[in-house]
Amino acid sequence: MSTRASDLLTLTREGLYCPLGSFHVDPTWPVARALITHGHADHARAGHAHVMATPETLRIMAVRYGEDFCGSSQEAKLGETLRVGDVSVRFVPAGHVLGSAQIVIEHEGVRVVVSGDYKRAPDPTCLPFEVVPCDVFITEATFGLPVFTHPDTRGEVRKLIASQRLFPERAHIVGAYALGKAQRVMALLREEGWDGPIHLHGAMEKLTDLYKREGIPLGETRKVVAAERKDLAGAIVICPPSSIQDVWSRKFPDPVTCFASGWMRVRARARQKGVELPLVISDHADWPDLCRTIRETGAGEVWVTHGQEDALVHWCGSVGIRAKPLHLLGYGDDGEAEPVAAGTEEAA
Amino acid sequence: MNDFAHLLDRLGYEPRRNAKLRLLQDYFARTPDPERGYALGAMTGSLSFREAKPALIRGLVEARIDPVLFRLSHNYVGDLAETTALIWPAPAEANEAGIGHNNPPPPSLAEVVETLATTAKKDLPGHLATWLDALDETGRWALLKLVTGNLRVGVSARLAKTAVGALGGHEADAVEEVWHGLEPPFASLFAWIEGRAERPETLNPAPFRPPMLSHPIEDRDDLDKLEPEAFSAEWKWDGIRVQLVGGRDREGVQVGRVYSRTGEDITHAFPDLAEAITFEGALDGELLILRDGRVQSFNVLQQRLNRKSVTGKLLEEFPAHVRAYDLLASEGEDLRPEPFSARRERLEAVIRRLDHARIDISPLVPFADWDALAAARADPASVGAGEDADAIEGVMLKRRNSAYLPGRPKGPWWKWKREPHIVDAVMMYAQRGHGKRSSFYSDYTFGVWREAPEGGDELVPVGKAYHGFTDAELAKLDRYVRNHTTKRFGPVREVAYGREAGLVLEIAFEGVQRSTRHKSGVAMRFPRVSRIRWDKPAAEADRIDVLERILARGEKEIAPGASLQEDA
Repeated sequence: MSTRASDLLTLTREGLYCPLGSFHVDPTWPVARALITHGHADHARAGHAHVMATPETLRIMAVRYGEDFCGSSQEAKLGETLRVGDVSVRFVPAGHVLGSAQIVIEHEGVRVVVSGDYKRAPDPTCLPFEVVPCDVFITEATFGLPVFTHPDTRGEVRKLIASQRLFPERAHIVGAYALGKAQRVMALLREEGWDGPIHLHGAMEKLTDLYKREGIPLGETRKVVAAERKDLAGAIVICPPSSIQDVWSRKFPDPVTCFASGWMRVRARARQKGVELPLVISDHADWPDLCRTIRETGAGEVWVTHGQEDALVHWCGSVGIRAKPLHLLGYGDDGEAEPVAAGTEEAA
Repeated sequence: MNDFAHLLDRLGYEPRRNAKLRLLQDYFARTPDPERGYALGAMTGSLSFREAKPALIRGLVEARIDPVLFRLSHNYVGDLAETTALIWPAPAEANEAGIGHNNPPPPSLAEVVETLATTAKKDLPGHLATWLDALDETGRWALLKLVTGNLRVGVSARLAKTAVGALGGHEADAVEEVWHGLEPPFASLFAWIEGRAERPETLNPAPFRPPMLSHPIEDRDDLDKLEPEAFSAEWKWDGIRVQLVGGRDREGVQVGRVYSRTGEDITHAFPDLAEAITFEGALDGELLILRDGRVQSFNVLQQRLNRKSVTGKLLEEFPAHVRAYDLLASEGEDLRPEPFSARRERLEAVIRRLDHARIDISPLVPFADWDALAAARADPASVGAGEDADAIEGVMLKRRNSAYLPGRPKGPWWKWKREPHIVDAVMMYAQRGHGKRSSFYSDYTFGVWREAPEGGDELVPVGKAYHGFTDAELAKLDRYVRNHTTKRFGPVREVAYGREAGLVLEIAFEGVQRSTRHKSGVAMRFPRVSRIRWDKPAAEADRIDVLERILARGEKEIAPGASLQEDA
């Protein structure tokens, strides 16, 4: 066999690069041709000459960066095989956020899957992850330590509703990333029978409207009017993580600070943010799912892009799978990848 | 145990003192004896049992989980108990039907404490594993915190006592008064609080009294708000705060006790002081080492404190001394409600009568106004401190008409520490922190310039600092570390440093001592980041000479009799 995985994908300053197809995947700098896995700002940046992504991801990028976020764009329909340069390319659901996809790259019988960020847990706001058998699986490792096993999200949302019933005189302020997490929390609240209005920080509005236009039922949402914050006793309010400790949130009646994130499983993380009600809800695969997914792809080799790569690489070695960390810089700004990043996400 | 664990968990997430108090009161009201008494014991640090060493816990986990994965997890989470609680695999039966009918029920706190108190060392791992299997995640976390003697969960002993007192409408100080002499599970305390029995007798003839603490003066503005004529000033000695208490037991035998400021009985470590307690009463003062009548530096005191066994040689080389500054009780009379000025007069009389070489009185520092006091603080030798000036770390201000109030009341007592030393150093390594800082790169090893053996200049590490910055600054420092990493060693990262690259940290510190652990041969006392010099080029950071000079000044204390060196 003449083709090797390293011919299909290499590492450049901008990130992963496919020389045979002359394109980058989720580059962190402007490039000539970019294939984008999903709409989070650390993966989808503005300023590329040409972008290929799922229709939903392209619309998310247009909402975040404006219609002129790139020179030209091409829709990749899920499951459809496309030719880019000398390779064939296929986008497959990743289960991370609306429109998120894994990118399957193939040439002369060698198949590499760039999974982007992904999860296996059910999510009412996006299509579920599909396992694609491959030779090389490129995985994230945001929660790549065995201390991370995410609980059932239903129990977490029930905690929130129970706390709201216990403290009807207080407002519950839920920090959640503006793309994906916020809408998932809304959809989960609806599944658990919360039928009151859900109040939104202004930064949540455009993307939530986009989700609704894409046909995802989220029920009644209301933008918080600054002057009316003091009247929102008993309300559930969703805002960016950076706002939960802001003066913005202090104007609500005796606010209960909540945060929806996989990091909330670790006490110290919750305390660092001054969180009183931690909600362990994550859009990333937990440790058992990372390990299970690697096994299910049947990959003989695993590359780890970002997160807690050391542990996952070690585990692969212990079960006889070749693995290496890529130490990609620039990823992990989606409010979950590193706890410090949560305060720096842009207002979308 | 699960119930107690969930209380601790909720307390940990609750920032508001009054809400914590409500949670505690509610727990004590609804939980029966002896469970609540052991809970009180756990929160006040008064349980005694064979503690489990971290190595034992690690051994239990590593029999179940790949040690490498466990170590990486521990590095990341930053807390052994929490890592173990999260990573502990569910026992096999529990997975099958949801409820493991073969598993024992989770243990009560009383069962845990009573078992630990009597268990043999070899049986400890077995008990722990059984309990860990039976408890939920939060229960495992609390159990491990408890058995490793690490149960700090945002509740002070004081707050727990306040909650217990409030059950029966008593103040915390009323609980403190009877506290020494009681033992877990405190059945007689709860019986009294709930009005079912008489106040417990204090059996301790020489009880500890909670100390009065001071607030810092941060700058002259703080000072200018106070009226100088209402205050007395004393030197703030660089030793450790102790309480000397003497009394007679029921047989009439004299008992002398030395307590630390937290109420720990440390008499056994200071037999030389204990024999000096020939009075009946309680002295508040500073423990110092005196040689030929001269106060030695804190470095010297530390050499005595660090020793485990108290030998005759140690007593001779490091003679302990107490410099008293308050009198809390005398001849059975409680003097704490008296004003400071009256207590001071009584103290002077007691010390005079005692006439013991190991106990003297901390002199008052005369001053007319704040400028005069500022001058005294800047140069203690000029106002009578003489050769002890180097052991003075500032001045204390005590309002003359103030009673002795336990805790840290705002207003009556102030400490005005001398200016710290300052050095500009370059960040070289960063390590992830623990607790509130876990996963942030919050511990910084820094270095200063020196001549390299092979010529030219090099940075040599001289210390480590992990506080002094705000949370917002920490976030920026953490980001800086991540963006300037050159090498990784587990939880430690090396950052870029040199003449052309590097971040300058202004480090404040209290002193310098010789160190064999640091390559530079010096170590700093209480180093902390006083400013982040984003603007300053690393090449302009300080040289090691700055520290050497401070060290040279301090060493004349360590080597008594050596000729005094000129200050540089």
